[in-house]
Amino acid sequence: MLLGPSLAVSAILFAIGVAGVLIRRNAIVVFMCVELMLNAVNLTFVALSEVHGMGGQIMVFFVMTVAAAEAAVGLAIILAIFRHTQSVDLKSLNLLKG
Amino acid sequence: MDVVQIVFWCFAGWAILSALLCVTRANPISSALWLVSTMFSLAGIFILLHAEFIAAIQVLVYAGAVMVLFLFVIMLLNLEETPRDWNRWMFWLAGAGLSILLAAQLVALRGYSPQRLANEFSSMPSPDPGLVFPEGAVARQAVEARGVVGALAEPLFQGYLIPFEITSILLLAAVIGAVVLSKKRL
Repeated sequence: MLLGPSLAVSAILFAIGVAGVLIRRNAIVVFMCVELMLNAVNLTFVALSEVHGMGGQIMVFFVMTVAAAEAAVGLAIILAIFRHTQSVDLKSLNLLKG
Repeated sequence: MDVVQIVFWCFAGWAILSALLCVTRANPISSALWLVSTMFSLAGIFILLHAEFIAAIQVLVYAGAVMVLFLFVIMLLNLEETPRDWNRWMFWLAGAGLSILLAAQLVALRGYSPQRLANEFSSMPSPDPGLVFPEGAVARQAVEARGVVGALAEPLFQGYLIPFEITSILLLAAVIGAVVLSKKRL
């Protein structure tokens, strides 16, 4: 049974994604780390769908759709930011800082 | 340890190694390529978990479409490699520490097994997990009767029809939003 090991691998991948979001300053790399976290969650869904039925795999479908929509809109936002500040460094986004 | 488990741990090690490299590379292009490698290894794990259709979709949609979008934007922005700023070691330490804490909490789930959850779920002593959770066996029968795609399509277009239709509205909104955001002058 691969259920327990799959959950462990997905936990490690999710934690690596969280570390990337916390550590990196490049907005695009932070975005890729969010995709990595979504992938880890997909692995959890698929692993549990072996025990609890097809609902998990259908949920992976919806997660992938939301991820694709999020990637399109997020990258458009990053492009707009780049046009504004000429960089994608998250340090340069301090407009709302008092 | 049988062959399936050995292959599983090969794919798992590959996934974790490429995820680590994706997070630590300074160049965004190599980051993106290591992320593609992670997604391929996850597709291999999906096949081992009997989710062949999801594995195909993972390669087509994630490793294909989404990552090409990322690479296009990276090339469009013409980013140069930013030198590492070692004054930020506090950030690195805090980020790594927090995520190791989170990983330790989540890895505790590895003890999860159908038998254990069945014990907690039902009042009988040591029940059969196949009887407490019949959905898994039903799904396996559906795969045998209608194939991988058919077993997935039937609940998707019956029980989950309305969420499926709402997804199309979400995609339409995303398309309009992306065009509005990235066009200079409407």
